[in-house]
Amino acid sequence: MNGLPSGSPAQVPVLALGSLLLVTLQGELYDGTAEQLQSDLTERIAHSHVTGVVIDISGVEIVDSFLGRILAEIASSARLLATRTVVAGMRPAVAITLVELGLTLPGLDTALDVERALALLGHGSAPAPSVPAWEDA
Amino acid sequence: MTHTSRHTATTCLPIGSDADLAWVRQEVRQAAAELGFGLVQQTKLVTAASELARNTLIHGGGGRAEVTPLTGGPVLGLRVTFADSGPGIRDLEQAMTDGYTSGGGLGLGLSGARRLVQEFTIDSTPGQGTTVTVIAWANPMTRPRTGPR
Repeated sequence: MNGLPSGSPAQVPVLALGSLLLVTLQGELYDGTAEQLQSDLTERIAHSHVTGVVIDISGVEIVDSFLGRILAEIASSARLLATRTVVAGMRPAVAITLVELGLTLPGLDTALDVERALALLGHGSAPAPSVPAWEDA
Repeated sequence: MTHTSRHTATTCLPIGSDADLAWVRQEVRQAAAELGFGLVQQTKLVTAASELARNTLIHGGGGRAEVTPLTGGPVLGLRVTFADSGPGIRDLEQAMTDGYTSGGGLGLGLSGARRLVQEFTIDSTPGQGTTVTVIAWANPMTRPRTGPR
């Protein structure tokens, strides 16, 4: 044992960047904290003029089926509220593990890092993203 | 099991809240790192442990995890056992099926965890509880995989 689990069990800060929300997950995320984040984010999306959400998970060492489901549900409810979600910075070992676990998170947009995620949402200098399927029709 | 274990320093951790799940993840991560597990192997084992610890908490009503380094054989390994005294599982085969869930999850806990480790055993008695034991080896290339992929 080397001290308490790192990371805050209390609340995940959500940063507003213009019309975007940036969430940075780090260290050990408690199940209750993840569920709290899901409801907080969805409330903020519904009551502000947010067009995109970036969830940076580069500081997250494992994504199990619980956290995977929370991420997918955040993206699904955000989509219903006309907001696009991009999960950024997944570690290679996490990606390999998720595939083997059987959780491939269809419908969840991902980017290699926050910068590319911002570009994907039209807030960066990178090439314009392709139009996502849900903006059709 | 076919190997003998010299090192029997088992760490026992209670599972009664989501803070305890974080403890289990940290303990398994640290033990696997000390045994020389690679990063991917660590991540797989910690993820499997997280799934199984959550099962113990949610379906078993809490219980305990035991983390034991296996250092007696030619290959270093880590055994993690999850035990609860909950309602047990009536149909193990069904519970091990991808997508089957009784708790509102994705139904990947048991079946997914089995894919992430080299050895997986589950023992459940309805009304008395469930015990799941997983083993991962530091270098899985030197041991054949067991169980279906």
